[in-house]
Amino acid sequence: MNMRISAGEFTERSLQIIRDLKHLEGPMLPILHAIQAEFGYVPDEVKPVIASELNLSRAEVHGVVTFYHEFRDHPAGRHVLKLCRAEACQSMGSDRIADRARQLLGIDFHQTTLDGAVTLEPVYCLGLCACAPAAMLDGEVYGRVDEHCLSEIVAEARR
Amino acid sequence: MTVTIYVPRDAAALALGAEKVANAITQEIAARGLDAKVVRNGSRGMFWLEPLVEVRTEHERIAYGPVKAGDVKGLFDAGFLEGGQHALHLGPTHDIPFLRQQTRLTFSRCGVTDPLSLDDYRHYQGLKGLENAIAMTQAQIVAQVTDSGLRGRGGAGFPTGIKWKTVMDAAASQKYIVCNADEGDSATFADRMIMEGDPFVLIEGMIIAGIATGATKGYVYTRSEYPHAIATMTEAVKIARAAGILGPSVMGSVHAFDMEIRSGAGAYVCGEETSLLNSLEGKRGIVRAKPPLPALQGFLGRPTVVNNVISLASVPVIMDRGAAFYRDFGMGRSRGTIPIQIAGNVKYGGLYETAFGLSLGEIVDHIGGGTATGRPVKAVQVGGPLGAYFPRALFDTPFDYEAFAARDGLIGHAGITVFDDSADMLKQARFAMEFCAIESCGKCTPCRIGSTRGVETADKIAQGIEPEKNKALLADLCNTMKFGSLCALGGFTPYPVMSAMNHFPEDFEPAPVVEAAE
Repeated sequence: MNMRISAGEFTERSLQIIRDLKHLEGPMLPILHAIQAEFGYVPDEVKPVIASELNLSRAEVHGVVTFYHEFRDHPAGRHVLKLCRAEACQSMGSDRIADRARQLLGIDFHQTTLDGAVTLEPVYCLGLCACAPAAMLDGEVYGRVDEHCLSEIVAEARR
Repeated sequence: MTVTIYVPRDAAALALGAEKVANAITQEIAARGLDAKVVRNGSRGMFWLEPLVEVRTEHERIAYGPVKAGDVKGLFDAGFLEGGQHALHLGPTHDIPFLRQQTRLTFSRCGVTDPLSLDDYRHYQGLKGLENAIAMTQAQIVAQVTDSGLRGRGGAGFPTGIKWKTVMDAAASQKYIVCNADEGDSATFADRMIMEGDPFVLIEGMIIAGIATGATKGYVYTRSEYPHAIATMTEAVKIARAAGILGPSVMGSVHAFDMEIRSGAGAYVCGEETSLLNSLEGKRGIVRAKPPLPALQGFLGRPTVVNNVISLASVPVIMDRGAAFYRDFGMGRSRGTIPIQIAGNVKYGGLYETAFGLSLGEIVDHIGGGTATGRPVKAVQVGGPLGAYFPRALFDTPFDYEAFAARDGLIGHAGITVFDDSADMLKQARFAMEFCAIESCGKCTPCRIGSTRGVETADKIAQGIEPEKNKALLADLCNTMKFGSLCALGGFTPYPVMSAMNHFPEDFEPAPVVEAAE
């Protein structure tokens, strides 16, 4: 698990990622995406490493990380369930689906179930607006999500 | 002869089970020892029929849909490889009315070809526009795009040719083409469909923009919520590079152009061009004050064309068929075609590319077929979360930039969300403010503070606290946001709020007090 990673290891693994990508024009977002893909979140320990490699202040790096909804400051559950909350999905009853998801999982948005299986997150549009309501479990997309479909998705995530 | 079966790989088709269908078909082909292959195409954009499976017979493509994995055996039993009859049989694909009535210029290949086959791309007129552009001077290319009347399809409607000319005339050692593929508006998916269904057309459009303006490097900035589009675009760039279409000598010419795909990180405001440029540079996605224009000081302070996916993807057909061909479609100052995305609570939802000028009523009632729930249409939101809600009384509005502006609305990226009569417009107005509060970059006060105050004021109206006073306050707040915000996020959030309040005043009346049951 992530908890067992030492500060030294964070530095070593992130240095490799940063050095692979720092030649890009505007390398910050590609680096942060790669860091999150590696660790599951953007650990605080990594921020000074990025800052020093890109010749920025730690505050600047922190500012970028916290601006974007996508970057986490702690690990998510084993699965991430994103439910679209935008208008097209609202018109097809996504609010009811969201309530049902909260009920089924026993958590609210931005929270993780106690068993660490599922993190529930809102998303504002998956581009599946003509087959609303839409959901995404990890990278897998679902359209026309009804209560039955939702319980199947949740069961799948809990397995 | 090997029979070709098409099963879409578009994200919406996948969301409706296309992967399982493709697997079932592959298994069935193997089990029956048939001479057939499966090609994963883009989507035709008829999402009530997805997964839409097509079979290419000797003369034409026959459509079946919506196909579930469980239907596959039955389809083979019915002889669908020869276009056999079945309950899901829809006839020749091009004869389906929703498709037949369209004018597909930008989307001519989407759903037809294998998105990653350059042979397919060339076979269906791909690269012809680029070949023509290579034989022209920069000024000639810019003149052709200007004469076509093409305007920014991202929503602002700024003439594309004029933007290109500014960049062409700017002196700099390095210029850039940045494709804005940060398609965050609810009800829009045209950019996603192009990137997943015909990625080479976007690449071709960007190269032409590069040659015209003297830019040698391009970036596509898209959304992390679009993993399928990112994967397809990345693969297409590799293929184009290997084929010498991208690189130091574009198709053997003296022009150099290469490009990268970049992903945002879930910030709606990064669809605003200056915020996008900051994000691409690796900064917080904060809006920049204009001037300086991005055309003069854009990415890394250098001259940069920032164009929407659909604007760039429309360039190849203009360079292939000519400015006059494209300009002859449309009405008024809105020339050419527009891919209208019909979404939300609608019976026939999908992408409908047509010349400007159809009335909103034709789009919603005739093409869209009314609501999916079968209840009356109450309102349609045009142009995403920053677009106005239109009541049925305004359904005669023609789809045209100026006509929508004249009715306090906007076309935006041409997405339409249909709502039935169960919609609560006060709740929708509140959501517009809430969304603005979540997504505000924080740079300007009207947007940052105004959105939160807007949510609170809407809540007071809903609770019946001094409703008249608070409605006036909300209108005043909208006025401040509209004229005091730095970009369209704060500046346009008043559109859905004010249109909801003006067109549906009954939803803003205090709810009758219900005695609590003991």
